Amino acid sequence: MRAPQGRVPWALTIPAVAGLAFLVLPLAGLLIRTPWSSIGPRLAGTQVGDALRLSLISATLATGLCLVLGVPLAWMLARLSFPGRRLVRALVTVPLVLPPVVGGVALLLVLGRKGLVGQWLDSAFGITLPFTTSGVVLAEAFVAMPFLVISVEGALRAADQRYEEAAATLGASRLTVFRRVTLPQVAPGVMAGAILCWARALGEFGATITFAGNFPGRTQTMPLAVYLALENDPDAAIVLSVVLLVVSIAVLALLRDRWVS
Amino acid sequence: MSLDAHLVVRRPSFDLDLSLTAESGEVVALLGPNGAGKTTALRALAGLAPTSGGHLVLAGRDLGGVPAEHRRIGVVFQDYLLFPHLSALENVAFGPRSAGVRRRQARAQALERLTQMGLAEHAAKKPAALSGGQAQRVALARALAVDPRLLLLDEPLSALDAHTRLEVRSTLRRHLADFEGVTVLVTHDPLDAMVLADRLIVLESGRVVQEGPPAYIARHPRTEYVARLVGLNLYRGTATGHTVALADGPKLDTAESLDGEVFLAFPPSAVALYRTRPDGTPRNLWQTTIASLERHGDNIRVHLDAPLPAAADITAAAVADLSLSEGSRVWASVKATETHAYPA
Repeated sequence: MRAPQGRVPWALTIPAVAGLAFLVLPLAGLLIRTPWSSIGPRLAGTQVGDALRLSLISATLATGLCLVLGVPLAWMLARLSFPGRRLVRALVTVPLVLPPVVGGVALLLVLGRKGLVGQWLDSAFGITLPFTTSGVVLAEAFVAMPFLVISVEGALRAADQRYEEAAATLGASRLTVFRRVTLPQVAPGVMAGAILCWARALGEFGATITFAGNFPGRTQTMPLAVYLALENDPDAAIVLSVVLLVVSIAVLALLRDRWVS
Repeated sequence: MSLDAHLVVRRPSFDLDLSLTAESGEVVALLGPNGAGKTTALRALAGLAPTSGGHLVLAGRDLGGVPAEHRRIGVVFQDYLLFPHLSALENVAFGPRSAGVRRRQARAQALERLTQMGLAEHAAKKPAALSGGQAQRVALARALAVDPRLLLLDEPLSALDAHTRLEVRSTLRRHLADFEGVTVLVTHDPLDAMVLADRLIVLESGRVVQEGPPAYIARHPRTEYVARLVGLNLYRGTATGHTVALADGPKLDTAESLDGEVFLAFPPSAVALYRTRPDGTPRNLWQTTIASLERHGDNIRVHLDAPLPAAADITAAAVADLSLSEGSRVWASVKATETHAYPA
């Protein structure tokens, strides 16, 4: 039996319902305005198709880059003690709160053709990063990597380190311990981090348009295409938006057990 | 000397200072209350906890400053710590694989070890699907798979229920007898220590308070903790021949004839209680008050108050016959033949 409860306070429930409507109604509006009959041909159209393909490829490559660099970084933050570790952890989270446009500008200043590193890459190897697909991947990775690092570091801290000790007594080097014991232990955390990272990369706009520009087929990802299409072809913008919405909901469903419950 | 260790570990709560030597084939038990430093000692031996002094020589090799992964010391952890994502077979093969043995060969060796332990049919199971006793044997097989010179067991039976414990204790004893290196096990259970070990080292607050063969320690406790563990009443006193004058209590007659400072011990079952002063006066007789009564196995354990705080085991029927309760005045006696004195 439930304990008797007092009257529901309207001062709280009214803004609560308004808040819910504010979050849900725009999405409902998007779905209502979607030209469902022509959605197939539009998705197959070259510009939309190109943007979709480029988005999926670059978000996946950016996630791969984040995994290769971010998992060891998370391990370093969780398992090694070194002076300035707190500062390093703070630095890692900066891209999380930094406006993405600022990130794009910063990337341009370092990796741009006249940038500190970019200049050297250009003269020594003939590699140009800004305004290329590689630039898109870099911009997305820059913005998305903190999501992965934070998720993996949390998983590493929560993991029972005594298993690593047990592995050490069995003669395993630290690298073997990481590969055969730690990584399988934190696999769910790495997976969740990678999915969040991929979703963030897929939706990236500010850093991408600043660092990589907006060239259809080369650097024009879905969010950029949505923004551009809104001016001359609103229906295309809606179709692209619905696709991104579906992807986001799919990500939410994948993470359901970990984050939403 | 196969193992020659002196471990000094500084801890916020206490300092551990333990000298430990053992021959090959010997099983040494570190016994002590919680927080005595047993597990710290084990971790220091394994290279998992830093020491602030001392030395560690195993089979002629100086292991001071050598990291855990290069010590080749087998460890069976308290809750086994079998890798949950690997099968029993892969767990046992982990050590050889880390030492560079090829996968197929390591697996073949692991299967052989599991077969020896009677676990061949469970080789493919994940640790979660194993019973407590099986997991314990897999953990032992995994630790032995690195061919260690020293095997460490941290509370090897504490994770098991009472029934399994009995069975696992005897199989563990057999496996330890087959092991050629030194075994050091940590336990707070005196029975485990007595059954499994050739020699006991009793630790209290980081210091060795007593050391010797289990049978000897069981009869000659030197601290309150050990006496409680082995179920004896223990006192200090001064002996003159067969009589011992206790520090602040009556004089008791003993079987042994000694002179000087002694320990005196007798089991609770050697104490008899009377409501009135018994006739034919046994020598060791004193009047006292009952502090408390509690169930103890099939008997009632009676705690006696000053002048000689002692435990006495009597039957429930006797408690009823004498109508004993807390605060009752009684006469207590203990036979001289059952009191045991030894030099302090």
